[in-house]
Amino acid sequence: MDPSVSSPLLPSRNSAARIYLLIGAAALAWLAAYSLIQPLADWLTFSALALPRNSPLGQSIAFFLYDIPKIILLLGGMIFLISFLRTFFSAERTRALLGGKREGVGNVLAAMLGIVTPFCSCSAVPLFIGFVESGIPLGVTFSFLIAAPTINEVAVVMLFGLFGWKVAGLYIASGLVIAILAGMVIGRLKMERYVEDFVWQLQRQGGVEGEKLDLQIRIRRSWESVKEIVGKVWLYVVIGIAVGAGIHGYVPVSALSSIMGKQAWWSVPAAVLLGIPLYSNAAGVIPIVSALMEKGASLGTALAFMMSVVGLSLPELIILRRILKPPLIAVFVGVIAAAIILTGYLFNLII
Amino acid sequence: MLTVKVLGSGCANCKKLEALARQAVEASGSPAEIIKVTQYEEIMKYPILSTPGLVINEKLVCSGRIPAPAEITAWLASARQEKL
Repeated sequence: MDPSVSSPLLPSRNSAARIYLLIGAAALAWLAAYSLIQPLADWLTFSALALPRNSPLGQSIAFFLYDIPKIILLLGGMIFLISFLRTFFSAERTRALLGGKREGVGNVLAAMLGIVTPFCSCSAVPLFIGFVESGIPLGVTFSFLIAAPTINEVAVVMLFGLFGWKVAGLYIASGLVIAILAGMVIGRLKMERYVEDFVWQLQRQGGVEGEKLDLQIRIRRSWESVKEIVGKVWLYVVIGIAVGAGIHGYVPVSALSSIMGKQAWWSVPAAVLLGIPLYSNAAGVIPIVSALMEKGASLGTALAFMMSVVGLSLPELIILRRILKPPLIAVFVGVIAAAIILTGYLFNLII
Repeated sequence: MLTVKVLGSGCANCKKLEALARQAVEASGSPAEIIKVTQYEEIMKYPILSTPGLVINEKLVCSGRIPAPAEITAWLASARQEKL
């Protein structure tokens, strides 16, 4: 049978089969590439460049050549999966799900939806207005606004790649707890009058809802967001891993335990303060932190630093200032910073 | 003439959408006025929860993502049809 004759009769089934084949082939190619990284990096460093195995330069170069393709591949693969999941969620659907929820239940749900709802920090303002206009409590709205940027896909994938699933899981769990608790505290403080007045005067609006998507569109959109996100962060990843590789090869073991270790009580708040102005470099910061931890920095201090980098950012605060009056901005920063510091101490204490 | 509005505070996504909208209008051959809306008070007059948003003749056609060029072309064509 000639396929070109039969295809017009079964267009949808045929294109669906092609998509599955394409996805299957891509997954196999991904797995093959992933398993080849380690042998290839070792071969390049120790055979092609003939560097001695125990030299600092050899260690640094092998680390660099192994980590960069690994993280880029992980980012590509995982962001594809996360973006695919996200095509099933939208800000409009999240708002509908949160409508009519009480505080408490609402905070938990909002923080969890914050992970899966597509979000960019420029959307914080329309989202905030849309949520409070439709009657979602202020504290519940904040739980969402804290979880969405903190539990960010790039940070989670890089933690998974460089620290393993336990640290990535701890990061997600503590991000959720911080978002839930901080949202509940802000809700209890009754801060509604510190929201800019124009927000309350806007008309309540609906949204473009019920977009019907087929598998092909979902996959195409996921691929688009892989290209966009990896295109945006790859340079930071390379620079971060290069610096991390240098630390890995040249800084003596436990050189940092006195300033970034558990015994230095001030290191957690210092790490949080340092993290606030750093924002767009989240992708570059994690490999450096990973190398610092090898040299004696403790997990709690490192996690607190990372959360502060991604969860509290100057650009986002400047955007939020358009809708929040200074006292509410101060409470927002204070509550999150306090929660991150507590998390840092907790991890230093138990691990 | 069609009025095309790009809603967004000016981050990378909004700029990209504006460029795509300009290309689509040029390719369509008929003129349209393209307006960038960056004030939140103005943006929030449309039913939008996440930026960037695209408005053609006061109707919000897309929000929260960057549409494909073919989609913008199709929206422009159907807005022109409605005008006739």
